[in-house]
Amino acid sequence: MEVHMIILTGVLVTVAVYLLLSRNMIRMILGTAVLSHAVHLLLITMGGAAEGHVPLLGESDGPYVDALPQALILTAIVISFATTAFLLVLAYRTYEETGTDDLNYLRRVRRE
Amino acid sequence: MLVVLGVFFPFAAAGLIPLLYRLIPNRRIGWFVMAVPLVLFAGLLSIVPGIAAGKTANVTVPWIPDAGIDLAFHIDGLSMIFGLLITGVGSLVVLYSIHYLSERESLGHFYAYLLLFMGAMLGVVFSDNLMVLYAFWELTSISSFLLIAFWYHRKGSRYGARKSMLITVFGGIGMLAGFLMLYSMTGTFSIRETITLAPELSEQPLYLAAMILVMLGAFTKSAQFPFHIWLPDAMEAPTPVSAYLHSATMVKAGIYLIARFTPIFGGESTWFWTVSLIGIVTLLWGSFNAVKQNDLKALLAYSTISQLGLIMSLLGFGSAALAAGTDAEQVLLAQAGFAALFYMVNHSTFKGLLFMIVGIVDHELGTRDIRRLGGLMALMPVSFTLAVIGSFSMAGLPPFNGFLGKEMFFQAAVTVSSGNPFTADGAALLFPVVGWIASVFTFIYCMIIVYRTFLGPRQPEKVDRLPHEAPKGMLVSPAVLALFVVGIFFFPNLAGKYLIGPAMPAVFPTLAGKPGLVPHIQAWHGFNTPLLMTIGVIAAGIILFVTFRHWRLIYRFPPFRWNLDTVYRGLIGGMETGSTLITKRYMSGNLRDYFVYIYVFFLAAAGGSLFLKGAFKPDFRMETIAVYEVTFVLIMTFAALAMPFVKSRITATLLNGVLGYSIAIFFIFFRAPDLALTQTVIETVTTVLFLLCFHFLPDWKPERAPARTKIINGLIALGAGAVVTGFALTVKGYVVFDSISGYFEDSYTLAGGKNIVNAILGDFRAFDTMLEVVVLFIAGIGVYTLIVLKAKKGGGDIEGK
Repeated sequence: MEVHMIILTGVLVTVAVYLLLSRNMIRMILGTAVLSHAVHLLLITMGGAAEGHVPLLGESDGPYVDALPQALILTAIVISFATTAFLLVLAYRTYEETGTDDLNYLRRVRRE
Repeated sequence: MLVVLGVFFPFAAAGLIPLLYRLIPNRRIGWFVMAVPLVLFAGLLSIVPGIAAGKTANVTVPWIPDAGIDLAFHIDGLSMIFGLLITGVGSLVVLYSIHYLSERESLGHFYAYLLLFMGAMLGVVFSDNLMVLYAFWELTSISSFLLIAFWYHRKGSRYGARKSMLITVFGGIGMLAGFLMLYSMTGTFSIRETITLAPELSEQPLYLAAMILVMLGAFTKSAQFPFHIWLPDAMEAPTPVSAYLHSATMVKAGIYLIARFTPIFGGESTWFWTVSLIGIVTLLWGSFNAVKQNDLKALLAYSTISQLGLIMSLLGFGSAALAAGTDAEQVLLAQAGFAALFYMVNHSTFKGLLFMIVGIVDHELGTRDIRRLGGLMALMPVSFTLAVIGSFSMAGLPPFNGFLGKEMFFQAAVTVSSGNPFTADGAALLFPVVGWIASVFTFIYCMIIVYRTFLGPRQPEKVDRLPHEAPKGMLVSPAVLALFVVGIFFFPNLAGKYLIGPAMPAVFPTLAGKPGLVPHIQAWHGFNTPLLMTIGVIAAGIILFVTFRHWRLIYRFPPFRWNLDTVYRGLIGGMETGSTLITKRYMSGNLRDYFVYIYVFFLAAAGGSLFLKGAFKPDFRMETIAVYEVTFVLIMTFAALAMPFVKSRITATLLNGVLGYSIAIFFIFFRAPDLALTQTVIETVTTVLFLLCFHFLPDWKPERAPARTKIINGLIALGAGAVVTGFALTVKGYVVFDSISGYFEDSYTLAGGKNIVNAILGDFRAFDTMLEVVVLFIAGIGVYTLIVLKAKKGGGDIEGK
């Protein structure tokens, strides 16, 4: 059951990169959010198919699914949240100071 | 023999300077600094008799034994000459600087740099290990840079500092390459061991390259043609620095290197010709250019270049001794090496003296321009006397040590032209002829120093101060040097026996112990060629000096007006404009461009290697897929594909939420309940944050990018997605390593946790989790700071100061 997940990951990466290449700050931030979704999916898919039980000892006798990718993704989710929150506040403050959320205009603002 | 470790003494003292500087009134700090070279000088003097008797002092402290790098220090006769010059002239320079530098200068920096240099220079001449020598060598370049730029508010100082740094470090790196080549041939970094292996080296393919690279290091450091251009600009340094680094010691490091490597490379015709020719060309070009200078320090700089060339050429002549046939020839040619070292000591005395006198003139009159000077003899009689001693010695007149040195130079040039192992025809006749012409120019600029500064009419209207004799403290150092200038003339054999002679076996190890290797120096040796040449120099020099006004015009015509500075400026300027052009082209300041670079590079490097290397082996095997999985895959695909096209930002955010919650569902499919929970919570908070932000941000405008940009963006995005998919499909088919996850299934016994994921996060990889918290913390600080800055905006200052 992996091929469809991989192709889904590819679609997400494509959309994320397209959004990142935009000029609008919110679009770019959405791009980073989608990109982290894609990476999380990729990690869990690479961790092996869902053959096994939930990695809780005592709940079943195993075999368990690989717990390591899960731990990695848990860390990654939190960090990507932190990054997204920071970027959002940055965008908001940038708009407040400069009156634009368009990166091309932002450059002109800086020059003035 | 512990004096060897004195190398570290100046460094330790330099470290103390910042502390002392707070405790001691500004000016007196010099007295404490002076103790350092004085103690070292006394320590070195105490082992002079031992060294003269052929002993050596060695200390080896293991440093990186695996790489063959030890702090190996070694004092033999050759190191001793330099050690005494560094500490002796060093003491005098510090003494002089106490009176020369104003109390308002940042003396703490000055003396710290000076001590740094002193230690580095001692390290260069005492190191037996090539790598350690190289490290100290570059340290002298760095401390020289700092000292030249001491008055860093002056543009000229900064320019001169950078120039000297670029040129000497360029040569230094070449030298490092040469050292590494030697290491690859010998397997040792020890200079002494390399010398014992020298006879087997000359057949090696890297031998010539190593030789040329070592010479490059020496020539750049000793300001040899065409690398001499940094020395005149280095004169921006305070005069004590010019006297110390740029005439008496640092620029002699190249001389040291050539002398030290003569046993390894000497006796080769390439070495003989290169060193001799570069030296003689530098001698001529330097003395010729010195004559036209108006700034006394620039004149002395060119003069130093020229004299360094003279010493260099003598070392070149001497190296022929190692290839000569008979004992008599060998000893005769080796006299040139003796002359080189003898002349070098002389040069340090009279040139140090002259720099100090020029410093005094500058100090008293506020100018060093000879067009504004003249007639100072009556006002500054002591300085005048000392200047005469220094200048006449440099010109090669008796009764000063320069006369002996110059005679020995002529003798060596005549010897090498009349018979040496490398040429039978008249090519070597070039050496005495060019040497003689250069000496005439030397004579002229020496006369210029004396006559244009101290004699002739006074020009009080051109200087704004009433000059008077320098304070006594300032005259002590030049007077001591003058004492040596005269003393060496009357007792040359004392220096020959205790100082120069013991160095001869270090330069010519195969000739050690042969009779006549250390000559008996005498001022009067009958009417022979050298004396006639000297008389000729004096006659021609006087004529040309008197008629200088009439032939001075030749400096306006090529090739006499050529200046290699133009080449340097062109090179540096070209590099600067070139790199600015390139940088400006790609550093557009546009974030999209940078993303394009990143992803295009990703496509080329990752995608390119995946497909070109034939690693792409997709594995399309599929097992049965449940209907609900397909459903969510389709939902996510449509949600994702719709995102770039939706008109409203709210819709886009909600689509992102759809992606996030769907992933939570997938986490359930993948048996990851913790992930599903976290993802749900985080996704909710993120969506709320987005919506909160929208409250403050303007509504989305449609992307107004031109169609071409959109197509390029789309292609790059598609490419990135394809490469990721390609990699994932390929990886799926490989199992390279066994899974390590089995280890964590023991989490209950190892970590006391039944939830394996929790055990990994909280125990096995707790450091990761801690750092994750740090990231959250930093992001939190960032958010907080941004908001607080906004609160202060009322103050009108964006920076929040």
